[in-house]
Amino acid sequence: MPNMRLDKVKMPEQAPDIRNKNFEEVARGYTEDMAIEEATRCLHCKQRFCVAGCPVNVPIPEFIEEVAKGDFEKAYEVITSENALPAICGRVCPQENQCEGKCIRGKKGESVAIGRLERFVADYVMNHTDITIEKAGSNGIKVAVVGAGPAGLTCAGELAKMGYEVTLFEALHEVGGVLVYGIPEFRLPKELVAKEVQKIVDLGVRIEKNVIIGKSITIDELIEEGYSAIFVGSGAGLPNFMHIEGENLNGVYSANEFLTRSNLMKAYDFPNHPTPIFVGSKVAVVGGGNVAMDAARTAKRLGADEVYIIYRRGEEELPARREEIHHAKEEGIIFKLLCNPVKIHGKEGRVSHIECVNMELGEPDASGRRRPVVQEGSEHLLDMDTVIIAIGQSPNPLIRSTTPGLDVQKWGGIIVNEETMETSKENVYAGGDVVTGAATVILAMGAGKKAAHAIHEKLKK
Amino acid sequence: MYKIVAKQKLNHLVEKMVIHAPFVARKCMPGQFIILCVEEGDERIPLTIQDYDREKETVSIIYQIVGYSTQKLAQKEVGDTLAHFAGPLGVASVLHNSKRRVLGIGGGVGAAPLYPQIKELQAQGVSCDVILGGRDKDYVILQDEFKAVSNELFFATDDGSLGTKGFVTTVLNELLAKGRQYDEVIAIGPLPMMKAVVSVTKPLNIPTMVSMNPIMIDGTGMCGGCRVTVGGQTKFACVDGPDFDGFEVDFDEAMRRQSMYKKQEQHICNLKLGGGTNA
Ligand SMILES: Cc1cc2nc3c(=O)[nH]c(=O)nc-3n(C[C@H](O)[C@H](O)[C@H](O)COP(=O)(O)OP(=O)(O)OC[C@H]3O[C@@H](n4cnc5c(N)ncnc54)[C@H](O)[C@@H]3O)c2cc1C
Ligand SMILES: Cc1cc2nc3c(=O)[nH]c(=O)nc-3n(C[C@H](O)[C@H](O)[C@H](O)COP(=O)(O)OP(=O)(O)OC[C@H]3O[C@@H](n4cnc5c(N)ncnc54)[C@H](O)[C@@H]3O)c2cc1C
Ligand code: SF4
Ligand code: SF4
Ligand code: FES
Ligand SMILES: [Mg+2]
Repeated sequence: MPNMRLDKVKMPEQAPDIRNKNFEEVARGYTEDMAIEEATRCLHCKQRFCVAGCPVNVPIPEFIEEVAKGDFEKAYEVITSENALPAICGRVCPQENQCEGKCIRGKKGESVAIGRLERFVADYVMNHTDITIEKAGSNGIKVAVVGAGPAGLTCAGELAKMGYEVTLFEALHEVGGVLVYGIPEFRLPKELVAKEVQKIVDLGVRIEKNVIIGKSITIDELIEEGYSAIFVGSGAGLPNFMHIEGENLNGVYSANEFLTRSNLMKAYDFPNHPTPIFVGSKVAVVGGGNVAMDAARTAKRLGADEVYIIYRRGEEELPARREEIHHAKEEGIIFKLLCNPVKIHGKEGRVSHIECVNMELGEPDASGRRRPVVQEGSEHLLDMDTVIIAIGQSPNPLIRSTTPGLDVQKWGGIIVNEETMETSKENVYAGGDVVTGAATVILAMGAGKKAAHAIHEKLKK
Repeated sequence: MYKIVAKQKLNHLVEKMVIHAPFVARKCMPGQFIILCVEEGDERIPLTIQDYDREKETVSIIYQIVGYSTQKLAQKEVGDTLAHFAGPLGVASVLHNSKRRVLGIGGGVGAAPLYPQIKELQAQGVSCDVILGGRDKDYVILQDEFKAVSNELFFATDDGSLGTKGFVTTVLNELLAKGRQYDEVIAIGPLPMMKAVVSVTKPLNIPTMVSMNPIMIDGTGMCGGCRVTVGGQTKFACVDGPDFDGFEVDFDEAMRRQSMYKKQEQHICNLKLGGGTNA
């Protein structure tokens, strides 16, 4: 008889006014008892709606059944048959739009806490068992993977399992892409990313850090060096700016710079880590997505007194995950909605104010969302020390500008055959944010996996 | 890990290192730079590639000890390794041999990035005059190297201990007053020096390339921290530069942006190294 409780077993969390002063993980994870209890809420539906909602088809009811039985190692095996990075996905997947969004229990009450269970299983196995990874015998075929984000890591791991000699090239000095430079420690501990990366190294993937494809070596030169196939997973890392007056004042950051300083360079631990960062007392974050929430919550933790999210549409249109918005509000982030910056004012070269206008929602635009329009005469000034621009990123031009024959969209995304992820250039594949524009971890992983299998189909002939 | 294969003191604040870095050495060109971390967990600092040896797969850098990271770098010796060394970054300098007469101006360590450009131009048959400037004679680096590749070499020091007493612009003005003609000026040094050079060359319409050195992190176009205003447009110096048309650069903004973290830099230097130089 399933457990018919309407709500999920609550996730233990650090209290908001404590956690907004530290960088430790907010959500502490289920205990074994909590996980087993939550697992009994699953109805094991014949029509597996939840699985259909998961971009990589994790066998959800099957793994949950093992959790209910207390066989967490078996549950782990079931999950990892489809998802190589469950500790990460369990934490950062937008479950409310994916697996949990489709769960039947969500029709009346809350869905089964699939993400939390996935996280629990991954953490349990990581902490309780030594997973020994067996390297596949080499088939002697060299494949190069560009970019060590979720797309590249997944593709490299899958290919290594099939016996390919994989070299993963990463521009930065750390491996993980957005998982290490973008998503903050309090949502995704970096130690955990490092453990997942280690598994991929154990599979035999060779990692070359500090190599910028297009600069240190080009795609064509990799082909000349005997790589039979190349997967490009270079992400969408180029920050967009608003092109308003005052954007180059001291104290104006792109979210990428602000988060990179704090996460990748550990500026939150200055001076133990030598990279500096500036926050001041009042901070405005422009934008309403996950990136904006992460920047705002980071600014608060770095000691800002007042942190504002400035977003030109309304609450419902906020593109960030509900959980992140909820967490941000709990931590004291102030939401200024239907508000848009038009100019940043400075004093002696440093930010002093941000000038905004109020917006109203008009007719729906091409994206189906109601288009914000300016309310005449609503200009107003807000005192600020720091302004963080989080209005989106696009693919970096370094690779496309140095790879003749690679077709790209007008906005810079690499064009692929969606069945195989192959680009217009033979034996060059691409996936993740560099193809879709800024999307999600799980979609990037899915693309990496699909490309790995297509590469294998082609090369085994 | 990137091994230090040679090290040399050029004066009491400026040193040269030769590093084994195959990926950089194979492809780098004059005008490009690298980004290094001395040890794991350190900040990423950009330094210009001063010279390279494709066969030995080595790259030379010349750095002035100004604060925490450069001081930490200076503590490393031959045989030690650097944790990270990424590159080559930035666009290679455009060196047209159609220019017949070029004037190179190097201030302080700016002489280091200037050298490979002058060497390359000279190899292409361009006649190059060079002005090197520094605080005193010890701060004028690479004198012998420049002698070998320049047509005429001039010096300017603050105290007159070498060449003209005054700034590089003092010499520049003298040369122009004497009627010397140049098709292009390449000026590399501290921002105030480059600004002063442009204030002389712009009214005379002598094309002037400058090399921008804003604060950087990734060096790949990912953070936008290195933005500079050139001709009213925002450019990322790490991918669009570091060389830009000096007439178009907003030097005042660049100087402001460079001083963004002065307080923190001073703090960490005092704290961790017991009183830095922060020259
Ligand atoms: C702050 C932030 C928060 C986010 N939060 C979430 C979330 O909660 N849930 C979620 O699902 N998604 C989230 N996302 C989106 C998600 O992180 C991305 O969709 C995902 O990381 C894309 O993976 P990727 O492998 O395509 O690219 P990336 O993760 O961007 O990795 C690309 C890698 O390629 C490297 N690279 C780039 N160019 C080169 C080159 N020329 N040579 C060598 N290497 C190169 C980069 O350095 C990087 O390491 C967030 C994104 C950000 C920025
Ligand atoms: C493209 C480029 C090429 C350069 N080439 C050389 C070179 O060949 N030789 C040389 O001596 N110096 C060079 N520099 C400057 C060098 O990067 C800085 O002197 C160094 O980062 C200072 O670090 P620090 O911790 O020792 O000093 P700090 O005390 O931290 O800083 C001193 C000053 O250096 C600048 N600076 C600090 N951090 C950075 C950073 N991450 N990026 C850029 N500038 C910074 C700031 O203006 C700061 O006020 C170059 C800079 C750039 C952008
Ligand atoms: S991978 Fe993401 S979408 Fe799929 S089951 Fe796990 S949490 Fe849900
Ligand atoms: S839809 Fe929900 S209840 Fe049904 S099997 Fe999936 S997780 Fe269980
Ligand atoms: S240093 Fe980050 S974009 Fe130039
Ligand atoms: Mg420093």
